Parts: sequence; C-alpha cells; structure tokens
Amino acid sequence: MSPLASIVSAGMSRFGRREGLYWRELFLEAFKEVIDRCPNLDPKKDIKAIYLGMMSSEYERQGHTGATASTWAGLLPVEAIRTEAACASAGAAVRFGVAMVASGLHDVVLVGGVEKMTHRPTPEVTSFLATADDFHFDQWHGLTFPGFFALMAVAHFNRYGSNEEDLARVAVKNHKNGALNPKAHFQKEITLEEALKSRVVAWPLKLYDCCPITDGASLLLITRPDIARRFTDTPVNIIGQGFACGSILAFEKDFEKVSFESNVEAARQAYLMAKVKPKDIDVAEIHDCFTIAELIEYEDLGFCRKGEGSRMIREGIVELGGKIPINTSGGLKCKGHPVGATGAAQLYEIYLQLTNQAGRRQVRGAEIGLAHNLGGPGASAVVTICSR
Amino acid sequence: MEYPIKLPETTIENFYRKLENGELAAAKCSKCGLTIFPPRPLCPSCYSESLEWVELEREGEVVTYTIIHVAPPDFKPPYIVAVVKLKNNIKIIGILKEDISEVKIGLKVKIEVEGRRGEGWPSHPRIIFTKSNKS
Repeated sequence: MSPLASIVSAGMSRFGRREGLYWRELFLEAFKEVIDRCPNLDPKKDIKAIYLGMMSSEYERQGHTGATASTWAGLLPVEAIRTEAACASAGAAVRFGVAMVASGLHDVVLVGGVEKMTHRPTPEVTSFLATADDFHFDQWHGLTFPGFFALMAVAHFNRYGSNEEDLARVAVKNHKNGALNPKAHFQKEITLEEALKSRVVAWPLKLYDCCPITDGASLLLITRPDIARRFTDTPVNIIGQGFACGSILAFEKDFEKVSFESNVEAARQAYLMAKVKPKDIDVAEIHDCFTIAELIEYEDLGFCRKGEGSRMIREGIVELGGKIPINTSGGLKCKGHPVGATGAAQLYEIYLQLTNQAGRRQVRGAEIGLAHNLGGPGASAVVTICSR
Repeated sequence: MEYPIKLPETTIENFYRKLENGELAAAKCSKCGLTIFPPRPLCPSCYSESLEWVELEREGEVVTYTIIHVAPPDFKPPYIVAVVKLKNNIKIIGILKEDISEVKIGLKVKIEVEGRRGEGWPSHPRIIFTKSNKS
C-alpha cells in the first residue's frame, strides 16, 4: 500500500522548565525549527492548516488554541484547531493531519502539540491532569493518575511475577537514553538504587516511576506522499496508523490480563495497514508516563508475549544496542511530558532516527519506526508506523 | 409537534441519591437484560431507554489496589483505593478502610457508604470497603 502521508520536516522546543515563556512562544520555537529544516518550504503559501494538541487550556486560561497558534505563526487566515485526547492530544492532531492529507482536502499541514505546565503549583497541575480520568467514580474515591497506573502495576506483579525492580530498570534505561538527548528535560543518568529509594507516590509507584511536569512543543510538517520530495530528499512516510478508545473508567480495566484494549486495537489497525509485524520494528517511542505503562506496552504492542514484559527490560532487549531499542529519546520519563506535545515529540524522535539525525543515540540502519501515544486511563491510544 | 422533556431515571445523580439511602444500585436493561454499572440512561448494548434499578450485592473481592501517598486536596494520605469485583463480575471502585498490612488481592470485603450529599457541587457520598467477617 502506498503511504498515507509523509513527514517532510519536524521541530521540537527544548523540553524542561521554560520560565518566562508561554505556550504560543514554545510553539514558535518548534515552528522555527520546522521552517529551518525545510528551505524549500514557503510557510505562508504552502501550509494549509494547523492541528495542535493541548490537554488543558486551564494552565494559561487561554482557550481558542488554533487561532492563537495561527496568529502567532503569521499563518492567518489558515484554518487551525486544537485536538484533545488527554495525553494523546498530539497523537490525535497527527491523526487529523494524516486524514486531511489522505483525503486530498489539504496537501500540506502543520500538526503537533504544546503544553506549558510548570508555572502552576504542582497540586493545580495534578488537578488539571486528573480531568483525563472519570470524575464521578474514579477521582471521587481519591484515585490519582499515578494511583491508576499503580492499580495496573499491582495486578501485573500478581499475575506475571514482575516487581518494583523491573519498573526501576525502565526508569534507569530511559534516563540513560535521555542523557544523550540535548533537548531532554533531564539529561542525566540515574542508578537503580536511586530509583528504588525515591519516595512513594502511589504504592508501588515511586517518584522515579513517574514522568515529570514539563513545558514544551513539538511539530511535524505533513504532506501528501506524491509531493513530499518537493520539500525534502529524505521524507519519512507514515505507512500505518490506528486509533482506539478504551473505557474512561479506571476501575473497569482488564486487571486479569493487565492490558489496555485501546493499545491492542490501535496496534492491530496500524500493523495491518502498514503490512508489518512487531518484529519488523527497528525503533519505537512508547508512552512511558509511568514505568509500568512501558512494561505493559511491550506486551500490548506485540514486542513480546503477554506477561513477558519484565524479560524485555531484564535482558536488555529494549536498550540502545538491543534488538528493539525503545524510547531512545529518553521517553516521557526523562525527556519530559508536556502532555499535549508528547505524541508529536515521539514522532519527532522517530523522524530523527529514520533520517539518521539522532546523534549519539542513533539506531544504526533504522528503517521502520513506531510511535505509541496513550491518553488517560488507557482510554485513547494512537499507534503510528513510519518508514524511510 | 411537542417535544416533552424526558427525565431519565438511571443517572449518576440518582445513583448517588440511592447510595445515600444505603442502596447500591446498577441499571438493568429491561429489553436485553444487561446489568449496567455505573448506570446510564441509555443501554450501551441495545440502546434501549427502558432501564430500571437493580440492587447490587454488598460483598465482593479485591482485584487490585494502591496505597495513595500523594493525595488530592480533601484526602488524607496514606489511604487505600481498591477495585472490588462482585459475584456477577461487576467491578466497583472505593476506599478500603483497613490497615495497610491487611490489604491483598483476593481480600473479601463488605461494601458500605460514607458521607451525605451537601450543598455545593460536587457532593456525593463515597463507597467504602471494609474487611468481611466471613473471610
């Protein structure tokens, strides 16, 4: 099958605590990189729409995201809207862009996401994030976001014999990768002991099992495949994509199999469309909002059999240099998780990897990459498969 | 043509009203027979609006849990949030009021209610689990 769309340029702001900047300014930082990487692009003439993920307009009390972005980017009067699917908001924006290009309605679109979070006190941020889970039953009984993933972790430990050390190993691996990423929020390694001794947030999850609160933006320039080479000699093609929802109720999850049905279904759609199998993937960015999520996703995305997630991390299969390097960017854990930007930042890393621009974390000869973006209590999953 | 305002019965507000009176209820579709928890005004299986209340049993078994140490405002950590499965396979969420050393998967619990609806919003009673004497 011919590709759905092509990524011809990409940009990402430095992730971290970005004091003194608001989201529209972070958006411009990523936008400038998109322009600079693509000398053949005439932004005002070529870009036909902006689809921008953002989880909450509460952070800056600034709604009407699309028009704000279009105004600041000097792209008026192009259409622009915000997409929201909690932590999968940028994945949803990419989905929109791909659909627009594949339908023929537009030939060149700017997609991605942004979130500015660190200027608000942690309890406020936590309360904005909590809105991605059901309010009347889950949150009402004191379930926090780490708490939800802790429910999954306890079930996984019980069913498959995984343990807190396996989770700590995921954090250690992602910090090791992130130390090689000059745009990551943290650029330092951590030890297993540090991770295991960090303070408990929602048992069995500790501070080092949780991704940080981060500011950042990431964007991709997406075109119809037949015109991609007008913009670059090295387009990255989107060859498959799936999007699926699971229950918004945390307590309704499958605690027996310990799996997210949204992951499994989105991956099934994407693999089928791309005509590739999990073993064909050379590099993947998957949604490690909490370490247990990454472990479950090894299984849900088919990189190993159900229940064998621990083996993937214990045996180094997912490390740089391993059979399938996962989260070479540092993942959400170390690169950071500006919620609305994450789905695009994952594809930014895949774009770098497939165009041989990932520097010291380059996976040699990577040809097929996968990005997996998850929202809420496993309630929205977007899987995108790319090839060079 | 008239468009009468319909007041569905099996809503979240009504669920908590009943809970406040000591009744733990789900919706049951009178067309396809599905028991629906949390209740909603439209059957998610056959889309019938013909739903009625059915009372749920007040005992179940812990399928997973967590101990919250970093809590939202209004909650005093540490506390245990548990998911409990009833005999008919319906799962519910609540706060387990037991010693942390007592909690484990498979623990048999009773289901109780705490709090009443107040003036402001949101204001629901809460579902509480305690260790069942039978286990």
